[in-house]
Amino acid sequence: MDIRSQIAMVFHLDKCIGCHTCSIACKNTWTNRKGAEYMWWNNVETKPGTGYPHKWEDQNIYKGGWDKKGNSVRLKGAGKFKGLSTLFHNPNMAVLEDYYEPFTYRYEHLFEAKAGDDQPTARPVSMITGEPMTPKSGPNWDDDLSGSKEYARKDVNFKGLSDAEQEAMFRLERMTMHWLPRICNHCLNPACVAACPSGAIYKRGEDGVVLINQKKCRAWRMCVTACPYKKVYYNWSTGKSEKCILCYPRLETGQIPACMHTCVGRIRYLGVLLYDADKIESAAACDDQDLLQNQMDIYLNPHDPEVIKAARKNGIADSTITSAQKSPVYKFVKEWGVALPLHPEFRTLPNLFYVPPLLPTMAFVENESYETTSESFWGAVEKSRLPMKYLANLFSAGNEKVIEIVLKKLMAVRLHRRNETVGDLPAGEVTDPMNEVKMDKETADAIFRLTSLAMHDERFVIPPAHREEAIEMIENTAKVEGNTGFGFREPPKRGL
Amino acid sequence: MSDYFFFIGLPYAALVVVIVGTLFRYLNFGFGVSSLSSQFLESRELYYGSRPFHWGIIFLFFGHLVAFLFPAEVLLWNSVPVRLLILEIAAFGFGIAALVGLVILVIRRLKNKRIRVVTSKMDVVVYVVLAVQIITGLWIALFFRWGSSWFASTLTPYMRSIFLFNPDIAAVTNLPLFAKIHIVSAFTLIGLIPCTRFMHFLVYPFRYLWRSPLYVIWNWDRKQIRATRNLYNGVKQKNT
Repeated sequence: MDIRSQIAMVFHLDKCIGCHTCSIACKNTWTNRKGAEYMWWNNVETKPGTGYPHKWEDQNIYKGGWDKKGNSVRLKGAGKFKGLSTLFHNPNMAVLEDYYEPFTYRYEHLFEAKAGDDQPTARPVSMITGEPMTPKSGPNWDDDLSGSKEYARKDVNFKGLSDAEQEAMFRLERMTMHWLPRICNHCLNPACVAACPSGAIYKRGEDGVVLINQKKCRAWRMCVTACPYKKVYYNWSTGKSEKCILCYPRLETGQIPACMHTCVGRIRYLGVLLYDADKIESAAACDDQDLLQNQMDIYLNPHDPEVIKAARKNGIADSTITSAQKSPVYKFVKEWGVALPLHPEFRTLPNLFYVPPLLPTMAFVENESYETTSESFWGAVEKSRLPMKYLANLFSAGNEKVIEIVLKKLMAVRLHRRNETVGDLPAGEVTDPMNEVKMDKETADAIFRLTSLAMHDERFVIPPAHREEAIEMIENTAKVEGNTGFGFREPPKRGL
Repeated sequence: MSDYFFFIGLPYAALVVVIVGTLFRYLNFGFGVSSLSSQFLESRELYYGSRPFHWGIIFLFFGHLVAFLFPAEVLLWNSVPVRLLILEIAAFGFGIAALVGLVILVIRRLKNKRIRVVTSKMDVVVYVVLAVQIITGLWIALFFRWGSSWFASTLTPYMRSIFLFNPDIAAVTNLPLFAKIHIVSAFTLIGLIPCTRFMHFLVYPFRYLWRSPLYVIWNWDRKQIRATRNLYNGVKQKNT
């Protein structure tokens, strides 16, 4: 048993209001630089939809993630020989057209235009060439466009859905959508790390954050292909790859990442998971239907004395173990089992989990009339507006049973709380669903509390990073007292 | 007199510049040591340019290296006319591939506005030197046959004399003009390595071949951190 700690996240999709505040916070903090204009380390997609970059989930196009090969896994579009022999031209790399050409407007023209007959306008210009251009796509070009031919119907998660079922999804009275905020998953089995020929990308041992050493990166671009979530971006100006750093300078000082701090819907949770690094390969290489369960089995119970003992032996700080015990992520993912990873079939073992959206049937058309009543208070989970199969393709590698259980749990909590606060439901209508998912009242209340009422310190449990001890192991801090800092101080300039 | 400059002065200047210059740039401005890839801005034409160019130039480089290191073996191989023809035609083919690739790359850089944004002045120099080098090479292969054989009696002794610090330019001064240009531009190219994007082939990531797929770095030795006696004795991590 090789226990390590990992900072993991939960996004509660039922609470996301699609405001993009997270994206803006991230953009203003990290990617408002030359060469990074098109990057959205945090982006919010409308589902069903094609996402950003266009159709990123379609690995027939981008060849991201891992393939199962015997008892191990192999990179789909990169790897030792494939990577080293395609450095001159990487055939599956996402290019600017797959994202969008970043643009701004010539605002100064509004003030500086010469007097004339027409009102001056601010024309859109490319942020790469500076030439006038017509914006044709953007990072959230299909925002809220559920049902559109160009985007929603080209979603790549319709596998296993018949044409009739797909058609039903887009009937006007049934049509629905949810938002999918995405950041880097800081995977346990990161494809970008394995694909980097320079060894510039690494996983931090202490908290599992995946980072790119800008000095070692040599622009071989294999990470862009390898990441199935397309969360590694190439900076065309500095010739370096960049990605979400989980705001590690903030984490190390006890602050939460910018996207989470600004989240209006308070959908985000962050905490520690302890996991067994010895099991990574077998969990990544199992059959499709076992992927989810095997990933869950990697994460260990931080209350188990055996686990605590092994963790201590492996150098995990007591403060980290305490944080793991209080972790809201552990509760959502392991204790309650209501949060699922996005696309586990990519086999990277992502550490960002989603509570799937509960989209109950509120109305349907029957006998030519618009029916708003249903047999029970919120209608049956099986009849939810998004087909179970669609959600299963997103969150459980196609396993509908898993989705059904999660949605039933969420529904049980709702029914229980309705009964507690209003008390207008017949007894059986509350207890039966709770018994079906074996949930007691305390658990339902706990889920309700963490979902709706929890304050900052319950939603975010950050372990102390102990960087002060770390730096003392590396440098004699007394010798550099009064200096500006450690490490990288070269300006990111090109030329030559 | 100019022969002394071009065939003794220039080679040594180039060798000094390449050794001192690459070390200086790598140690002080390591951030920029790579070929600034423009595939993200334009991918399709890069495929038709970059692939033939690189494969062509790599085979030509190793061909020249073999001819310099093992002249006797190359002569032995060439003693059968068919084998000589195979060698010369293959080399010429790689030369054509490199030239075609280079032309496509130059056109791509000229006509694409996005690529022009990421083009530096030294990139122009790189293209000129490469063009001269490849065109003179092809010219020699066409009109002064068979280079793979006379290389052994003229250029190998000359190169060897350069590396043994006992320069002897007698053989090269009698070469035709195009061969002389080829030599001069070759040393110019070597001298330009630290000043241009040529640096990238010095950092080709061979180590990737035997690296583990998962790369984890600890800020401290996690088994030792708890003991105060270990303060100040930690090992600096490789990646910092």
